[in-house]
Amino acid sequence: MSKRSVIPYGPQHPVLPEPIHLDLVIEDEKIVEAIPSIGFIHRGLESLTDKRDFNQMAYVAERICGICSFGHGYGYCETVEHIMNVEVPDRAKFLRTIWFELSRLHSHLLWAGLMADAFGFENLFYQCWRVREKVLDAIELTTGGRVIFSVNKVGGVLKDITPEMQKMILETLDFVEAETKVLKKTFMNDYSVQSRMKGVGVLTKEQAKALGCAGPFARASGIATDMRMRGYAAYGELDMEPIISNDGDCYGRCEVRIGEIFQSIDLIRQAIAKIPDGELAAVVKGNPNGEYFTRIEQPRGEADYYVRGNGTPNLDRMRVRTPTFANLAGLCETLKGADYADIGILVVTIDPCISCTER
Amino acid sequence: MGVMTFAGTALKNLFSKPVTTSYPAEPAEYKERTRGHIEIEIDQCISCGMCTRACPCGTLSIDKIKGTWTINRFDCIACGFCVEKCPKKCLTMVAGYQEPGGEKGEVTYTKSPEVLAEEARKREEMAKKAAEAKKAMEAKKAAEAAAAAAGEKKDN
Repeated sequence: MSKRSVIPYGPQHPVLPEPIHLDLVIEDEKIVEAIPSIGFIHRGLESLTDKRDFNQMAYVAERICGICSFGHGYGYCETVEHIMNVEVPDRAKFLRTIWFELSRLHSHLLWAGLMADAFGFENLFYQCWRVREKVLDAIELTTGGRVIFSVNKVGGVLKDITPEMQKMILETLDFVEAETKVLKKTFMNDYSVQSRMKGVGVLTKEQAKALGCAGPFARASGIATDMRMRGYAAYGELDMEPIISNDGDCYGRCEVRIGEIFQSIDLIRQAIAKIPDGELAAVVKGNPNGEYFTRIEQPRGEADYYVRGNGTPNLDRMRVRTPTFANLAGLCETLKGADYADIGILVVTIDPCISCTER
Repeated sequence: MGVMTFAGTALKNLFSKPVTTSYPAEPAEYKERTRGHIEIEIDQCISCGMCTRACPCGTLSIDKIKGTWTINRFDCIACGFCVEKCPKKCLTMVAGYQEPGGEKGEVTYTKSPEVLAEEARKREEMAKKAAEAKKAMEAKKAAEAAAAAAGEKKDN
């Protein structure tokens, strides 16, 4: 048996998009065990419920993360709406769906870029982010922010998407679809890209299930889990099937996420075609009193929101379980037996969002 | 399994214009709804304090007597909640982000002297009215007490 040594990896490391620390036990060039530790960017957003009222918390919840910001704002608002028995207007539900899918689109394109960067394909990285920029433009046009939307409030939405904006979004989608089709060829068919991804970090269906993985990471291992099938917001009225892959390796995860880019484009088109007229928000009276638990599908996987109110403007408790937290166990499993040079790819492959995880 | 799958994109890139713009030589284009920073039409403000209570980061403050509205622009997260809550709609979200500065100072907006004088006059009037109403109330109470005392005496 060769000598075992421990190599600290992160929190500052060129390949890491966000700070996570891994203690890697390695034997020769192979990893035997990985021990993660987090806590470098904890901000205590959940305990802000003591000082901020439940309306302000919608803006605080949104700022949990800079990429899946819309989902956090939405998840919080839906939970509070359930506690207060607020019936959200249909138009608001469709608008939320459109924005949610736009945020998924830009998140997945961001991930594709980071993945390309992780396996050392700088040009592909820039191409992905060039396409993503158009999505951000569409988001800025409709909401006023590039990544922080600030359009959700308890009871509905604050802004409308006018017919001209809908037309512009559809044009953006045509552009993104055409460009992504070109980029997909490189991701899926290129020889050198495949040599970095195929058979790397395999996670079987049983392992993924046992470790409680979520989102595209679990779907790539063949588990058909997608909270959007629950039919929240307007998803119940749109046609969709979870995209799964049975490979369980980095290639499978890439395949699932690129498939979801096209799925999001399709969902936005469906939502724009079906959007009804009507109010943007319902009137909300009183304070939340009671508790509720919501599960939604973030770009990175299933996120859970728990809110407990006590009849005062300040909530008793707000709790968020983020998808990256669920996927960290799976990451450590895939790291076992991997080559030292593949760590960068394997960390990026779960689409880590440590800011979400630490809140 | 393909090779040279990126060649088309690379070639196209060679013969096309850059996607990026040379900011700041070329000014940035903002959308109509862009949440850049907050501006106030201070003379329309009624110093109700709704914005200060709405702000999730507590960056706003007002002084009713001095007629000022103060914002620490480096604390502002441009969420737009104050703009939504303002009853007089004198707060607006304007495109163009907060410019960098040497220190994190507060910016104070003060109402014009005419508006301040008008408000002071109204306050005085209100105070006068309130004093008169209080006086009348006291007189009424005193009269009632006297009447009650007289009634009691009569009973005895």
